[in-house]
Amino acid sequence: MRDRIGTIENRISIRSIATDPRAKAAVHSSKTLQVKGVENVEISDLIWFDPPLDDEARATIAQFLVDPLLQRATWGIESSSASHTVEIAFLPGVTDSEAREVQRAASVLGIDVKAVATGRRYEIHGPVTAEGVAMLTRRLLANSVVERWAINDFVDPPIGVLASVPDPVARIPLGDDAALDALNRERAMALDAEELRVIRDYFSSLGRDPSDVELEMIAQTWSEHCAHKTFRARLFDEHGNELKSLLGRIKEATEKIDAEYVLSAFVGNAGIISYDGEYTLALKCETHNHPSAVEPFGGANTGVGGVIRDILGAAHDPIACTDILCFGPQNLHVDQLPEGSLHPQRIHDGVIAGVADYGNKIGLPTIAGAVLYDPGYVANPLVFAGCIGRSTLSAPSLSGPNVGDAVVVIGGRTGRDGIRGATFSSLTMDASTGEIAGASVQIGDPLTERLVMEVLSEARGLYTAITDCGAGGLSSAVGEMAEGIGARCELDLVPLKYSGLAAWEIWLSESQERMVLAATNPEPLRQLCLEKGVDFAVIGTFTGDNKLIVTASGEVVIDLDMNFLHDGRPQRQMEFVAPLARGREDVPKLKSSIVETLLQLLQHPNIASKASVVHRYDHEIGGATVVRPLSGSELDGHSDGTVWIDPRREAGFAIGIGVNPWFGLGDPEAMGWLVVDEAIRNSVCAGANPKKCSLLDNFSWGDPRDPIVLGQLSSTVDGMCAASLAFNAPFVSGKDSLNNAWTEADGSRSAIPPTLVVTAVSEIEARNVVTSGLKTPGNVLVLIGSTHAEFGGSHLGMILEDPRGVVPRIDEAAPSRYNRFHDAITKGLVRSAHDCAEGGLGVSIAEMCIGGRLGADITMLPTPDSVIGWFSESTGRIVVEVEPKDLREFQDTMGESVLVIGTVISDPTLKLLNDGSVAIADLLAAWQS
Amino acid sequence: MKSPKALVVAAPGTNRDADVALALELAGATPQRVTPTELESNPRLLVEAEILVLAGGFSYGDNTGAGRLFALGLETHAGEKLRDFIASGKPVIGICNGFQALVRAGLLPGSQGRAALGHNTSGTFDCRWVELKPISKKCVWTRNLTANIECPIAHGEGRFVCDEDTVAILRAADSIAFTYVGQNPNGSVGDIAGICDESGVVLGLMPHPENHVLVRQNPRGRTTGLGLDLFRSGVRYATER
Repeated sequence: MRDRIGTIENRISIRSIATDPRAKAAVHSSKTLQVKGVENVEISDLIWFDPPLDDEARATIAQFLVDPLLQRATWGIESSSASHTVEIAFLPGVTDSEAREVQRAASVLGIDVKAVATGRRYEIHGPVTAEGVAMLTRRLLANSVVERWAINDFVDPPIGVLASVPDPVARIPLGDDAALDALNRERAMALDAEELRVIRDYFSSLGRDPSDVELEMIAQTWSEHCAHKTFRARLFDEHGNELKSLLGRIKEATEKIDAEYVLSAFVGNAGIISYDGEYTLALKCETHNHPSAVEPFGGANTGVGGVIRDILGAAHDPIACTDILCFGPQNLHVDQLPEGSLHPQRIHDGVIAGVADYGNKIGLPTIAGAVLYDPGYVANPLVFAGCIGRSTLSAPSLSGPNVGDAVVVIGGRTGRDGIRGATFSSLTMDASTGEIAGASVQIGDPLTERLVMEVLSEARGLYTAITDCGAGGLSSAVGEMAEGIGARCELDLVPLKYSGLAAWEIWLSESQERMVLAATNPEPLRQLCLEKGVDFAVIGTFTGDNKLIVTASGEVVIDLDMNFLHDGRPQRQMEFVAPLARGREDVPKLKSSIVETLLQLLQHPNIASKASVVHRYDHEIGGATVVRPLSGSELDGHSDGTVWIDPRREAGFAIGIGVNPWFGLGDPEAMGWLVVDEAIRNSVCAGANPKKCSLLDNFSWGDPRDPIVLGQLSSTVDGMCAASLAFNAPFVSGKDSLNNAWTEADGSRSAIPPTLVVTAVSEIEARNVVTSGLKTPGNVLVLIGSTHAEFGGSHLGMILEDPRGVVPRIDEAAPSRYNRFHDAITKGLVRSAHDCAEGGLGVSIAEMCIGGRLGADITMLPTPDSVIGWFSESTGRIVVEVEPKDLREFQDTMGESVLVIGTVISDPTLKLLNDGSVAIADLLAAWQS
Repeated sequence: MKSPKALVVAAPGTNRDADVALALELAGATPQRVTPTELESNPRLLVEAEILVLAGGFSYGDNTGAGRLFALGLETHAGEKLRDFIASGKPVIGICNGFQALVRAGLLPGSQGRAALGHNTSGTFDCRWVELKPISKKCVWTRNLTANIECPIAHGEGRFVCDEDTVAILRAADSIAFTYVGQNPNGSVGDIAGICDESGVVLGLMPHPENHVLVRQNPRGRTTGLGLDLFRSGVRYATER
């Protein structure tokens, strides 16, 4: 038992003199959670020191930590008039980078400190019940996944915790099928019966039992997360006909297109393309859904860190990030919250803070994204984190690993954080997920990754192969690198955060910010890491015997044939049922005027301004963001695509995002096509060249073992591949996150809407850049593309709660239309352009007016029916602003009928033909509400 | 004319060093990236340099408070040499995290009082474009500026805080370098975006003029308000000094 009083006495509490913004947020959120009586909250940051500091050391450290103009500090116990106090500290082993830096400062200041921990203290004022405080703490202030707390008591900091003695390596006998099933559940391996039998047969042929390390490694390597078993499975429809695997279809489309600029697709960590003559880009988008559901900040934070490492693992310098986020309704009543789920507002705030924290601190601009809201994402939010990296065509190629190369680990140290993340991602969730998945969520450390990034940007030529330590940790990284060559590693050589880790924990740990490299001569790399202050260790050798041998203190704990590990998994066979035919061409009945309806659409969370999110991200660093997510005369309009151009070059790329799960609910195949179209259209609207476009696919789906869910997935892949071929735009990388489903308290199963995110990255020249805000009164507004009665999945249907209608049909003329539209841009004929998407033409024009703070006089609609004309979400359409003198040439260039729909006017009013008019200020107020 | 050497000091976690290096280069200087420890291990660096820049970013991850560990590192490794550099009249600029470090290190506002940079009143990190009015005719970085500068902010702790005496002293001494025009993005006292020391050679500011050195970086397509003018001004002073 440690001396608790000693610890309490030896802590400093620091509080802000001005109102702490976190306190304001806590009071606000208590109302969302229906916790009554919270009148005021005060917050202190706590820092514990071990061993106790003397008065002089206290004064020195306080002088450093406390700015008297901003803060007040107390050593020991604070007196308080609060009704309740809540103190929160990290669990042992959770990354506490603040504590590390305090320790660093103490050492510079000449104070000898063995351990430091940080936490926080809430003082809650007002007539709150004990249950209310407990609820507030559990649901809002703390997270049991990474933290512990004490209500009306002092919390114990995670210091002075004795290292546990590691569990010895266990040899595990594999019994009959029932025993295998029990073992599978006990170790959360997420394997199926056939896979378990193959593993049993393998070890039975070796005449020995597997070690726990071996079993964990196989479970990780064969997890859905790492092996993409569904995307590689043999698929059979309901009539027993076999179809090509999902991944096979996507790859086939890319091979057919055979674009000269694609250098590597669906191999390694990211897709690689050439651009702007001498450069290459690495493209990747990842999902981090389950971790973000249970620990929003840490989940999103490490999602960003992880995708940046994917780019580092493709030997490229990261240059920009993207993020696409899907949340439940922010005003959800707490009674409707599934047991065990965090409130959507908490998830929203935590995820955005997590994305911002990592991207801003590592120093990469977050330049493109989307935020979607739907009740289907309440228990299972989606976080898609993307990263783009750059290198040069002349960079040394990676030929390794070669026999004799060292296995090198650099970056963060290995701890017990992030155990079994790969298998966790491959399970569906239920009320207890937050607790059992505790160890699989981590908090990132962007500073360490920044330094790793700096090392790697100077380390070209010093290594022969590289990969990131992501899901599955060293097991996955070394296992993949050693494929076809073999390796021997010693776990005692892996730098640890603390002692007491079992062998399998070291091998499987998903501690962040680590990279694995193969180096023929590791010395220069070691030197570089030393200069930058990055941990470096040689943990083994690539051998050439095609076996993976791992030892712990010399004892062999893994002895696996690489062929078995990578090719031994039985290919899955799965059945699906094709989705039913589409709906009918119904037109929803408005409940109010066109103007009122338009204002309601502008207020819909999916359409309304995302400025409050966008401003949280640094989109300026690097000086290359030429079109930001927000643009227009007041810099508050939404851009279609965003544009990145190196300040020293004249060409770069535009990013367009396509996502529309509501189309997927009605017609998955159409959705596949339509989101490709939308992503490309967005980049083309920004001025990019559609003939130099590469695509990323990201699927977040329900449980594919449900034949209907798998059928939706299969149809979506078909639609997406058809669009890829039609637009001649190849997919170069993708990622699927399946099992986004959960068990409700009553045992029923729910799943997210089928969600496909497509990211289009297209080359652009600086002189062709176009934005969406209106530019000059007197210019002509033109609509290109055709409009039909298509309301399936539309936002009009959503606000009217009328789900009738047909999902927009694909527009086969769109690819050639975008090519000609790009020709018009290169001829300088386009002043502004904005695509028609959620909310249709009405919303599109309203957003252009908001962007330019100019009015528009609409004198012609594409259809006689004004509901269809204003609100249908037909695809393939762009509103274009053209100078009157250029109209004829624009029409000639487009070569198809284009519809002149009105003019730009200086009067700040949107005139809606026969349907009234509305002031731009009113549009803006609705959109920003 | 000889291109003056500009040291860009980057601590672990500094991330706008490349951006400011480009700005210095376009303004006619020759930038060199150095760490605080290199200032100590290679004393010639500060002797040979004509300009010193503390770049923006999240040095040490902003842990323990923005700029605090950066300031501690500067003081530990180069405190005296840094004061000599300033005393010799060579221009110094700290941007964003660099400004926070200069304030923490006591180099700003220097003998004119006490100041701090607190959390934005919004409570969150904020990235947006702002307009800056150059005020000081004493500061070597701003005195030749004739027009307002437009550039982004990107910070969570940019609220300039000081007591009333210090504001009065700064005003009287012409040490307020920039104020925000229109929207005050972070709640700074007196809309103050940047200040200089009593001698006018040390400038600290929260916004990022280094991210507006090309016309195409202007989000409204304007050709005016380049942040590059600020760097040209500092480089010209260093050259003619």
